[in-house]
Amino acid sequence: MTTTMFRSGVTLAVIAAVCTALVALTYRLTAERIVANEQAWLERSLQPALSGLFYDSGVTESKIIIPPPHELPGSEAAIVYRVYAEAAPVAALFVVSARDGYAGPIRILIGIDTMGVVTGIHVLEHRETPGLGDRVESTKSDWVKQFDGRSLLDPEPTGWAIKGDGGQFDQLTGASVTPRAIIKAIKETLLYFEAHSEEIFATVIPETDKEKTEQ
Amino acid sequence: MTSSGIIDRFKTGLWHDNPGLVQLLGLCPLLAVTSSFVNGLGLGIATLAVLIASNCLVSATRRWIQSEIRIPIYVLIIASLVTCVELIFKAWFPALDRSLGIFIPLIVTNCAIVARAEVFASRNPVGSSIADGLVMGSGFALLLMAIGAFRELLGQGSLFARMDMLIGGEPMRGLVFSDGGWLLAILPPGAFFSLALAIAVKNSIDRRRREKRQQAMPGHGRRATR
Repeated sequence: MTTTMFRSGVTLAVIAAVCTALVALTYRLTAERIVANEQAWLERSLQPALSGLFYDSGVTESKIIIPPPHELPGSEAAIVYRVYAEAAPVAALFVVSARDGYAGPIRILIGIDTMGVVTGIHVLEHRETPGLGDRVESTKSDWVKQFDGRSLLDPEPTGWAIKGDGGQFDQLTGASVTPRAIIKAIKETLLYFEAHSEEIFATVIPETDKEKTEQ
Repeated sequence: MTSSGIIDRFKTGLWHDNPGLVQLLGLCPLLAVTSSFVNGLGLGIATLAVLIASNCLVSATRRWIQSEIRIPIYVLIIASLVTCVELIFKAWFPALDRSLGIFIPLIVTNCAIVARAEVFASRNPVGSSIADGLVMGSGFALLLMAIGAFRELLGQGSLFARMDMLIGGEPMRGLVFSDGGWLLAILPPGAFFSLALAIAVKNSIDRRRREKRQQAMPGHGRRATR
């Protein structure tokens, strides 16, 4: 009885060790590529808000995290990437969550230049209905393009709503909840940037954090 | 193995004993990811790779594994292989990995894999077990691709869209037949309808074949087929 148990234990241990070695080896072989892929994915996902701007490289390293509570959309931490050209602030890229989507939060990238003008909007993550709400994705329709070049002066804050609600922006046929949530999030972000832009560009990333992000 | 033996085994894996269509195993990933062809193909390849490797490892170690601890060992082997496949996908097909999301790690829970380990690989030599993994995995992958293609065509009016996730390059729109489609097909109920339709078509083809055979050989009676 004891010998059987002992044999089983040893077999399990040996197989566990072999399996762990296999996973560790695969990890060593893939780790570098995975990190590079994630960095590339991040840079690519920021691209829609950077098009048409001249800027220094290293946008992803200028990341600051604004923990809740904050006046930005969403109850989770917001991420801001700061864009500089020859060390002068050019724009800020916000990654925020619109809370009131049709199915859970909508993660949006909002680019705003130092004049308070939208440089580009990109929906990063959502669970809206396929075929209806998902046309806010830039690959599916041009709906998000209508915000490019707009600001709180164009239109006035009261105009930041879908046409059905008396605002200036197009809605999507069959889906009004999703556009409403996104427009509200953009407007809140614009208001936040108007009030806090100096703070945002003045924030210095502590050296220790920098090392962490580099690792 | 003779060539007719190989053909017979492929027929078994792809048709008579297809893990998805006949054994109805692994339905969770099958229903969840088949909203497009490329998703079906991606998960099909991942499952096929895990199935071949797990059959190979289980078969190679079958002499040392006592029957009391075989299940934990299968789980250990399958879980490690799935982790490896997940890392490989993250490294070489990052876009597809994002699109399939949690369903790559969830291959661990695909009962088709542990079933092949228990029923076949633990009792047969390595070569034969690899072949079994290949045919069973292909059967499952083909079903995923067929349902994915069907739902994509109906639900989005396109076919083979976003193949760039697998082969790289610029985003591809695939063959576009119409702008938009029948929404229900890409929603979860569409997955159940599609699978039901696939099973119905298979059963009706089988029945027709059986009837033909009976007409050709009267007096032979009904042969029990699955």
